[in-house]
Amino acid sequence: MSAESTLLYLDGVSVSFDGFKALNSLSLVMMPGEMRAIIGPNGAGKTTMMDVITGKTRPDTGTILFEGDTDLTRLREAAIANLGIGRKFQRPTVFEPHTVWDNLELALKAPRRPLKTLTYAISRDDRSRIEEILDITRLSALRSRQAGSLSHGQKQWLEIGMLLAQDPKLLLVDEPVAGMTDAETEQTAELLCSIAGKHSVIVVEHDMSFVRALGVKVTVLAEGSVLAEGSLDAVSANQQVIDTYLGR
Amino acid sequence: MLLRFFLMGLDRKAGIVLTILAILAVAVPVMTLWVPADSPFHLSVFTVSLLGKYLCFALLALALDLVWGYCGILSLGHAAFFAIGGYAMGMYLMRQIGPRGVYGNPVLPDFMVFLNWKELPWYWWGFDQFWFAAVMVLVVPGALAFAFGWFAFRSRVTGVYLSIITQALTFALLLAFFRNDMGFGGNNGLTDFKDILGYDIQADTTRVALFVATVAALALSYMIASGVIASKLGKVLVALRDAESRVRFMGYDTESYKLFAWTLSACMAGVAGALYVPQVGIINPSEFAPASSIEAVIWVAVGGRGTLAGAILGAVLVNMGKSYFTGALPELWLFALGGLFVAVTLFLPKGLLGLGAQLKAKLPGRKASPLSNAQPADQKGA
Ligand SMILES: Nc1ncnc2c1ncn2[C@@H]1O[C@H](COP(=O)(O)OP(=O)(O)O)[C@@H](O)[C@H]1O
Ligand SMILES: [Mg+2]
Repeated sequence: MSAESTLLYLDGVSVSFDGFKALNSLSLVMMPGEMRAIIGPNGAGKTTMMDVITGKTRPDTGTILFEGDTDLTRLREAAIANLGIGRKFQRPTVFEPHTVWDNLELALKAPRRPLKTLTYAISRDDRSRIEEILDITRLSALRSRQAGSLSHGQKQWLEIGMLLAQDPKLLLVDEPVAGMTDAETEQTAELLCSIAGKHSVIVVEHDMSFVRALGVKVTVLAEGSVLAEGSLDAVSANQQVIDTYLGR
Repeated sequence: MLLRFFLMGLDRKAGIVLTILAILAVAVPVMTLWVPADSPFHLSVFTVSLLGKYLCFALLALALDLVWGYCGILSLGHAAFFAIGGYAMGMYLMRQIGPRGVYGNPVLPDFMVFLNWKELPWYWWGFDQFWFAAVMVLVVPGALAFAFGWFAFRSRVTGVYLSIITQALTFALLLAFFRNDMGFGGNNGLTDFKDILGYDIQADTTRVALFVATVAALALSYMIASGVIASKLGKVLVALRDAESRVRFMGYDTESYKLFAWTLSACMAGVAGALYVPQVGIINPSEFAPASSIEAVIWVAVGGRGTLAGAILGAVLVNMGKSYFTGALPELWLFALGGLFVAVTLFLPKGLLGLGAQLKAKLPGRKASPLSNAQPADQKGA
């Protein structure tokens, strides 16, 4: 498959840590507007895959292209983020001393250079965009709370809200529902589905009912490469997948 | 725009700090120059210079708090910027001596004549002009900090490693300035100043004027610092202090943010040193001693890291203590300082300014907000 017209194109990406292959010739293609769920056992390399896309880890070999022509393996984290790739970490990381509002304001798409932020004054558009995100993430009432005092689930939503505020073309979401209650999980699935369409999304998740609720194409990773790809039903029926993952 | 910037930083705390400084700027001159010497309200010139010295340290502490409290950069070498600012001022004061030196050379300072130097080294050029020295007070510490920060931050040196290399920086400068052939007076440093801007440096009015200038510099720096903290840039700084990689993944080039705060802080430290030197009458390499930088860290910790006002309070209180101890029980001072640091770390993690919040949290029937003592974690991002 050629990289043209793809949003994200990974081909033969390998990463090893002290000889241990965390990614082993991984190939994956995402089209614009697509939402994809990635599942796989612990240590399969899901987080490492996000690390190489976002510039945190440099791959040993392989190609990573964004929008068909931008080579991500040469860019630093901030530059990659500014291309339009947003990331939510496995462990929620919001800026605890700041208010919910300030967290969103920091994430909001706006000039990122120090002299611009030194003189930044919030515009009417920015304000209404933040209001909108507060609304989507159900955090309106908590806008002036310090982010550190939010519940685990609220932090996760705030972080998703921060991703939305960045208005990225591609969102990478790592285990968003780990540690959430069933109700929160359900709301998170709704939230992500409402985001999809305008943005492309890659969600890594263990929780099968959550993946089912998303209802999107699934990629199964194991030992650093793709084991199977297709609808959840199709991959669940795949014997290899059952053996390495679902069967356990 | 500038006005908006300053207004942004004007919260209640800033109001209190600036009011106190304004009162000092008026009361101290009046009490020194106009209140008769036999009145209990009279201040001696000696006391004024001592207060001026404390406020120079307060400015150094403020500068340090900007990087330590808000960016998480624990500098163990900030006294280096202070000392460089001091040397720049000292060079100006040396050149003002003119032919009144012991050797009567109209151009060369005494120590150069003593070392048989025939002409002024190029880096002393221009220091006969006050404006030039004043610019150098900002530019030299700023440029050094920029160069140092550029390499350190780009290479992603953080935490303890960064602290160690800041300490190495000041130590290297200490050794360099000790050398006679550097042209900065070797271990004697620069001293025997006569006048500043044409005024006798020993005169009461000059001393009072220097004090008022120090208060003004501290007030202006406080306003700049709190304006920066209140801006979106300041919020980015606090964010990267706690979770730098998260800020990077949001598209901020965190290195340039740290570089901005670091360079600004070094310039403030330089100004502090420049105001310190005419008030104490000497600058020598001992200002570069690693212990000076560590003391500054203790002032900030005592007052309350990440509060700006706490840095000022801590610097003044600890130095008052030091003046007392070095007079009464000189051999105990270092123990007292070390003990103080341990005590503050253990019992007052947020310093004196955090004491109120800490007590409130302990009060029965009141639930502590889990965030009132959110400590900046040293995390590297998930
Ligand atoms: N920085 C690192 N250094 C060494 N080993 C790592 C590092 N990051 C990940 N690994 C290893 O790579 C493998 C894949 O990890 P990860 O991508 O986090 O898996 P997943 O997110 O799928 O559970 C694991 O065995 C992990 O221990
Ligand atoms: Mg993982």
